[in-house]
Amino acid sequence: MASGGKSWVREWLFTLDHKRIGMLYLWCITAFFVIGVCIGMVIRMELFWPGKDFIGQQAYNALFTVHGVIMIFIVVIPSIPAAFGNLFLPLQLGAEDVAFPRLNTFSFWLYVIGGATALISLFTGGGAPDTGWTFYVPFSAVTTTNVSVAVAGVFILGFSSILTGLNFIVTIHRLRAPGLTWTRLTLFAWALYATAWIQVLATPILSITVVLIIVERLLGLGIFDPARGGDPILYQHLFWIYSHPAVYIMILPAMGVISDIIPVFCRKSIFGYKTIVGSSLAIAFAGSLVWAHHMFVSGMSDTAVMVFSFLTFIVAVPSAVKVFNWLSTMYKGSIRLEPPLIYALGFIFLFAMGGITGLVLGSAGTDMHVHDTYFVVGHFHYVIFGGTGFGMFAAIHYWFPKMYGRMYNRKQAITAALILVVGLNGLYFPMYLLGLEGMPRRYYDYLPQFTSLHRLSTYGSWITFAGLALMFYNLIHSRYRGEPVGRNPWKAATLEWTLPSPPPTHNFDTEPVVTHGPYDFSEVRDDDHA
Amino acid sequence: MTMHRDYQGAKMGMWIFLFTEILLFGGLFVLYSVTLGRYPTEFHEASKLLDVTLGTTNTVVLITSSLFAALSVVGLQRGDRKLAQGFMAATLVLACCFLVIKYFEWSHKIHAGIYPGGETLIQWAPGKQAFFALYYTMTGLHGLHVIIGMGVFLWVWTRIVAGTCTPEHFVALENAGLYWHLVDLIWIYLFPLYYLIT
Repeated sequence: MASGGKSWVREWLFTLDHKRIGMLYLWCITAFFVIGVCIGMVIRMELFWPGKDFIGQQAYNALFTVHGVIMIFIVVIPSIPAAFGNLFLPLQLGAEDVAFPRLNTFSFWLYVIGGATALISLFTGGGAPDTGWTFYVPFSAVTTTNVSVAVAGVFILGFSSILTGLNFIVTIHRLRAPGLTWTRLTLFAWALYATAWIQVLATPILSITVVLIIVERLLGLGIFDPARGGDPILYQHLFWIYSHPAVYIMILPAMGVISDIIPVFCRKSIFGYKTIVGSSLAIAFAGSLVWAHHMFVSGMSDTAVMVFSFLTFIVAVPSAVKVFNWLSTMYKGSIRLEPPLIYALGFIFLFAMGGITGLVLGSAGTDMHVHDTYFVVGHFHYVIFGGTGFGMFAAIHYWFPKMYGRMYNRKQAITAALILVVGLNGLYFPMYLLGLEGMPRRYYDYLPQFTSLHRLSTYGSWITFAGLALMFYNLIHSRYRGEPVGRNPWKAATLEWTLPSPPPTHNFDTEPVVTHGPYDFSEVRDDDHA
Repeated sequence: MTMHRDYQGAKMGMWIFLFTEILLFGGLFVLYSVTLGRYPTEFHEASKLLDVTLGTTNTVVLITSSLFAALSVVGLQRGDRKLAQGFMAATLVLACCFLVIKYFEWSHKIHAGIYPGGETLIQWAPGKQAFFALYYTMTGLHGLHVIIGMGVFLWVWTRIVAGTCTPEHFVALENAGLYWHLVDLIWIYLFPLYYLIT
């Protein structure tokens, strides 16, 4: 570690070390996640009874907007790439660092500034934005709340995301260790590669869209105002051209984590390495063509609706390919039900629940019925919390011993995972039923017949909260008190496990030479307590 | 931490970044083409109000500055620091010229009430309002990029003075040049779309 009079602040906050930057991201994201969860709990409490309980309409609108902005832009999008990508991508490549270490620090600072700007928007100006996280015009152009500052935060966060993606692409192209051919990359690295391209190609469109909101509000341009020659539907197109691919920025890295975890705990090489790689790239590509399935009822032409509905079905194919590959990997494997695998299985189950209902929404006919209802809320929470969230938890439990050199309590970790699966189903499954019965999303009041399902959902939120509390308790406690472990407690075959835990600043003493693929366990030594 | 030097990596990073810039403007070009398709006559009439002479002058100014930027890179590659700095200075002077001309164009229009929400423009047909809304957004964003590009050149200047951008390691200047060519390229599209579609 660098020393010589450098203060703790300088050593950490201005570090160029990718592992420290990854840790900084991880802590920030966790802090924001906790804030987002608490806001979600308040929303669910308000919905426990029909009518106004303890927060008003305006506060409710602000809360779901803030919940969305924090969770989407500050937590989920950077979660796995920025935290675990920074921590482990260079290690998995056998590299000393990412390609542009200074740019990496800069990305982190942009992330902090962007996140802070988004938070400042809550407490200044005309109050917290109340538009929903999509910032749809015309409302976002005319509301007196603090939308401009919030979207400025989103712009900065987007810039941070672009630079992280750019850094990863160049890192993967340029800094692979000798012998680490493209077909010997870990699937996590492949997933990050596909994700990075989406970050680079899609995010600029969001940037320009939010810039347009700001100039629209400040200068009154009228680009989205029909009275002055503009078109509000164009806003939706521009917004979803980014934000739909962004869904794959959220889910692809999680899929990469799962693809790395499953072979390790089944002691079997991954089934269909190349199809998993291909499906990641296919998702990245096809996922960029389906944005308008968010707009089936916006007044697009019928042809456009049919085309986008068809394309949406196509994206389901590579996602399903991955699921079948994971299951095939487990078939006749020597399965060890360790916590990372439990979380991975939770991921597969919850992601499948969300993915299949995604088809209900992608199909134009059924979407007409459930559009903008709780069905949508249930769907994306299954995919995002059940998918990305569980991918994140799986990643934390998989790499925790590498990050801290200590092991958590495995029984507690498994218990927390099971509580979370039960809690998430309790929390989000009733939303499908609410949506089918016609409960619109974003409403803070509802008709009495929806009461029992809303209650069920709120009970689920308490169970989920309990699961999260247990998981965090276990992790934080084990960070200090956990049993020390050696280099490779899971006996995994990828490069990061050849290093001491936690890895030293310079990563590899001698540049590793790679002679086999990432899931070839034949030469893995049992050096758990080395 | 040793800083490794990777010429190809640095170039690759810059190209990817430039691609994101093109996409950033791409969103606006999409808006432009959709709006043009909707109001072809209004765009035609509104375009006549722009000063083609000033626009052409600015195009020449910017292309020439791009040439100087390229010559500056060549100068440094050949090991002549002073020559590189001279061409950089010429680039910066021309960039200033571009901004000054742009300033006169804009202020002239704004004085005449032709700006979003302005008293003249607000009475015109929606298509013409849309034309000028896009005109100010796109040329404004482009102008901002000109200023950023000038900042990048000034930063490279300090690197040359400090001796970290040298004839052996000139990639910082080369990337600044690439950025400048992009700014130039975007203008080359903006110019006909706004000044010449009549």
